Amino acid sequence: MSAPARPESLAHLEKLLAVLSAKGLITAQELVDRQASTDRASPEIGARMVARAWLDPEWRRLLLANGAEAAERMGVSMAGAPPLGVLEDKPDLHHLVVCTLCSCYPRAVLGYPPSWYKSFEYRSRAVREPRAVLAEWGTQLAPGVKLRVVDSTADFRWMVLPLRPEGTEGWSEDQLAALVTRDALVGVALPRVPQAIAAE
Amino acid sequence: MSAPDDRRAEGHGGLNRLRQAVNTFQAGDRVRVKYLWPERHPQPSGLPSAHIRTPHYLRGRTGTVQAVLGSFRNPEDLAFGRPAPQRVLYHVLFDQPPIWNEGEAGDSLLVEIFEHWLEPATNQEKAA
Repeated sequence: MSAPARPESLAHLEKLLAVLSAKGLITAQELVDRQASTDRASPEIGARMVARAWLDPEWRRLLLANGAEAAERMGVSMAGAPPLGVLEDKPDLHHLVVCTLCSCYPRAVLGYPPSWYKSFEYRSRAVREPRAVLAEWGTQLAPGVKLRVVDSTADFRWMVLPLRPEGTEGWSEDQLAALVTRDALVGVALPRVPQAIAAE
Repeated sequence: MSAPDDRRAEGHGGLNRLRQAVNTFQAGDRVRVKYLWPERHPQPSGLPSAHIRTPHYLRGRTGTVQAVLGSFRNPEDLAFGRPAPQRVLYHVLFDQPPIWNEGEAGDSLLVEIFEHWLEPATNQEKAA
């Protein structure tokens, strides 16, 4: 992903950590814990939260009311993380998330943002011509569906709760979670039942 | 540049607490984003003057408060290590087509805007 750290950067980092530690602002254990939780974070967490919301109305209510609390209940540590808001897609409303100012992204439940999310092109175009951007992703909204672009500009982080695809009646949480991709959690794509399964 | 994703002082699961912050506007209020460009006016100190979380494309635009999101320390001060007072943060909904002359009727933009960037919309703007 990124270039290897330069030796002078690492030396700089060690000095910074030494100062923070001497001032009692961080401990070695906190660093280890944070690295572990950062490494664990992936879109599978967000996908699991969505699949559960499709199955459990009470969980859905919690997720929409307080995404951070819902994440905590799934075992995700949200300590130090910004609040998490969840955007509920409806039959006539689709959400698309962008951060035009930088790259704000719900890392605690989606992991690292993909490079396209941070690109100047996505950040400019998602807000200016979102329907053209969706078309390039191959995402076709049904006629009459309104598009709502959520520009993540400040202290919240946002993820999309997409609509449950048709043809998934009776599916388990695991099966449903497998349909929810990172791109669907950002809103550039929709959860889809693979054709091979749909044809069965 | 990336906004800090790690702030211990606030935010952690504290929605209920944060929502008790005093807010001038309510959900449903029509508001106008102030037409201000502080980033064009450097401070006498020569220091960078602005770390603004209000997108350029919304300056002077009118929208509707959808929700009061809570209160957070002002990023415009936090960015420069200054004392940063709490500010109320709103989710404000704007019609998309008037802003870009693109998009379909009913498309919208939903953006986090701090209270000190908002003013009540005038009657004329309400009618527009």
